[in-house]
Amino acid sequence: MNKLPLIIKREYLAKVRNKSFVIMTFLSPILMVGMIVLIAYLTKINDNEKHVICILNESDYFSNVFLNTGSTSYVDFKNISLRQAKDSTASMGYYGLLYIPSGTNLEMVSANSYLFTKEVPSTLVLEKLEAIFEERLRQERLSEMGVSAAEFASIDESFDINTATFAGQQNIKGINEIKAVIGGGFGYLIMMFIIIYGGFVMRSVIEEKTSRIIEVIISSVKPFQLMLGKIIGTSLAGITQFAIWIVSAGVLLLIAFSILNIDLDALNGSGTASVPGVGSHMAPPVPMGDQTLQIYAQELFQIPWLMLISFFLVYFLLGYLIYSSIYAAIGAAVDNETDTQQFIFPIILPLMLAIYVGFFSVFSNPHGPIAVGFSLFPLTSPIVMLMRLPSGIGTGGVPIWELVTSILLLIITFIGIVWLAAKIYRVGILMYGKRPTYRELFKWLKY
Amino acid sequence: MNHILVTKEVTKHYGKHTALNKVSLEIPKNSIYGLLGPNGAGKTTLIRIINQITFPDDGEVIFDGESLKQKHIAHIGYLPEERGLYKSMKVGEQALYLAQLKGMTKAEAKKRLKFWFERLEIGDWWNKKIQELSKGMAQKIQFIVTVLHRPKLLIFDEPFSGFDPINANIIKDEILQLKEQGTSIIFSTHRMESVEELCEYIALIHQSEKILDGRLSDIKKAYKNNVFKIGLETRNADILLKELADKFEIASSTYDGGEGQLDLTIKLPSSDSKNILSYLSTKGNINNFVETIPSANDIFIKTIQNKGSRE
Repeated sequence: MNKLPLIIKREYLAKVRNKSFVIMTFLSPILMVGMIVLIAYLTKINDNEKHVICILNESDYFSNVFLNTGSTSYVDFKNISLRQAKDSTASMGYYGLLYIPSGTNLEMVSANSYLFTKEVPSTLVLEKLEAIFEERLRQERLSEMGVSAAEFASIDESFDINTATFAGQQNIKGINEIKAVIGGGFGYLIMMFIIIYGGFVMRSVIEEKTSRIIEVIISSVKPFQLMLGKIIGTSLAGITQFAIWIVSAGVLLLIAFSILNIDLDALNGSGTASVPGVGSHMAPPVPMGDQTLQIYAQELFQIPWLMLISFFLVYFLLGYLIYSSIYAAIGAAVDNETDTQQFIFPIILPLMLAIYVGFFSVFSNPHGPIAVGFSLFPLTSPIVMLMRLPSGIGTGGVPIWELVTSILLLIITFIGIVWLAAKIYRVGILMYGKRPTYRELFKWLKY
Repeated sequence: MNHILVTKEVTKHYGKHTALNKVSLEIPKNSIYGLLGPNGAGKTTLIRIINQITFPDDGEVIFDGESLKQKHIAHIGYLPEERGLYKSMKVGEQALYLAQLKGMTKAEAKKRLKFWFERLEIGDWWNKKIQELSKGMAQKIQFIVTVLHRPKLLIFDEPFSGFDPINANIIKDEILQLKEQGTSIIFSTHRMESVEELCEYIALIHQSEKILDGRLSDIKKAYKNNVFKIGLETRNADILLKELADKFEIASSTYDGGEGQLDLTIKLPSSDSKNILSYLSTKGNINNFVETIPSANDIFIKTIQNKGSRE
C-alpha cells in the first residue's frame, strides 16, 4: 500500500489545524487590506488639506496667475505694508504670505519675491508657486523674442520613438516595464513561497526530531517518503493559505474601498496632479490618450498568459522542490531552530540575488548576458527566467535553447539536490546531540 | 522454520567506524530474546537494520525464511529507545495514523485500538492531545501503537524506561501475554533483572561484535564454576576448616562461635557435590547447601572484562 497520501494528509492537516497558521491565514489579509486602506485614506486626507496663501503683490507682473485650486486658495492683500500683511496673515491663521515687490522688470521682481510661512513650507506648495513663477518668466522671455504663447504651444512637442522588433512586432513604450513587473511578480511570489513554506518544512522536521517520533515513523515508511510527504503536504497547506489570502484580500479591498469611497486612482494620481492655470502646453506628465490606453490593453491581452502560467507552474514546482528539500535536510541536520542560521543564509543568498539581479538588470535589459546567465543557473532561474518570459518565446523573446537548457539544468539539479538532501535527511534525523559542521554533513553523504 | 529472524555476518560501517562486525544471530520463534551489550556496542544499529531504517554494508538478514524486504515492515513492531509522539496531535488520530502507516486499514485499526484502550483502561484519552498526558501515559500509548498491528516480531528497546513500577509490571505482563500468543520478541536492555525474568535466549554484543549467545540457562550452566555456599552447625570449626582446606579451595568463611554457625563458600574441582555433602554430614548439621549460579549481570560483566583483558 502506498503510504505517501497518508503522510501528505497528516502533514496538511497538522499544518492547517495549527493555531498560529489559522490566525495568520485570516489575520494577514485583514492587516494587509487595513494598511492599504490606511495609506489610501491618509493620502486622501493629505490631498484635501487646504492651503490658504495671502499675496501681497506690489508689482504689475503677476495679476491673474494665482488661481484658486482644490487644495490651494489665494487671498489678495491690497495697499498695506509688508509688516501689516505678515501680521494679518499670522493672526488669521493662514498658511503663508507671498510677497512680490514692485520693480521694473520681471527678473528683479521674481528674484526679490519672498514666501513667508510660520513653519518650513511644504514642498508641494513650493512646487506650485515655483511653477507659476517659471511659467511667467518663460512667457516673458518668449514675448521678448516675439513668440506668442499660442505659437510656442504649437511648436512644443513631446515625442516617443516608435519601436518594433525585426519580425515586425509593434511595441509601445512602457510595455516592457509592465511585462517585467508581471514577470517580477511571479518571481517574487516564488521567492516568498519558498522562504515561508520552506521554513515550515524545516520546522516540521525539527519538531519530529525533538519529539523523538521520527524513529517510530521511519520504522514504518522510508525516510524519503516521509520527506516528500512533508514537502507536498506543507506546500498544499501553503497553497490553501495563499488562495485564501488572495481571495479574502481581494474581497476585503473591494468592500473597504466601496465603503470608504476611496478612488483607487487617488493612490496613483496624487503625485502627478497638473498645475492648473498655467499655459496649455504644460500637459499632464503622462500622456494617456484613449488610443494609447487601448494599445496597452491590447498588449496586456497579447502577453501569452497561458504560456506564462504554465511556465510559472513548472519553475515554481521545480524551484520549490529543490529549495524545500534543502530546508528539510537542514531541519534534519540540527536539533533546534537556533542552530539553523548558519545553514539558512547560503540558501537565502541565491534567492535574494535572483530578486535583486532581476529588478536591477533584467528589467532594463531582459536579454542581456547577466539576465541570460542568471536565468540558466538553476538556483536563480525560477525567479529570473519568469521575469524574462513575459516578453515571449523565440524571436524577440527568450530563445528556445535558453528555455530548454534552463529547464533541463533545473531538472538535473532537482534530482541531484533531492538525492543529496534525502541522504542528509536520512542520517540527520537519527543524529542527536551536537551541531553538525559542513564537513560532517559531507561525511553523512557517504553513510 | 524455527527462527523468526536470522542475521548472517551482518556488517555496518559509519565512515571509518565499524558499528557491526560480522554479527550472526538466530532468533527462535515464539521466544523472548535478550539483546545485551554496553552503550555504543552496536545494538541500536542492529535493531535499525532489522527495521530497515539503515541497511547493512555486508551480510544478510532473513525474516521468517525470506530475505528481509520492505513488505516485512508490516510484521515488525518496534519500540525505539528514543521514542515519542506528535505532541499536538490527538491520541486517537495519532494511533490511527501510525497504525495505517504499518499497513492496517482504518476500520481494523479502530477496532483494535478500542480493544487495547479498554484493556489498559485509557478509553477516555481518545480526544486528548499527547502534550496533555503525563510521560507514563504517553508511554502506554506508545506501547499500544507498537503492538497494534499484531506483528510477528516485536522489538523493544528499553521498554520499561519512563514507566513507574506499577505500569512497568502491567507492560511486562502484556509482553509475556504477547509471547504466549505466539509473538517473537527481541528485548534490548541494560536492566539485567528484567533479562533474568523474561529472556529465554540472550546475545551479548560488545565493541561491534557478538561475543556470546544462546539459551540463557545453557549459558548459565557454562558459566557456573562449582562454587557452593554451605551453612553448618558445628562446635569444632577450627579443625574442620583445616581439614577442608587440605581438600578444597575455600573462598571465604565466617564462624559465629556463640551460635556455633559456620558459613563457607567453597569451590569444588567438579560439579559433583555428593562427596563433600556426605563428608560434611558427619561433621555437623547442614542447614544450607546451595550452588551459586551466576546472574545475567555477572555473566555480562565477566564476559566483557574477559574480552577486555584478552585484547
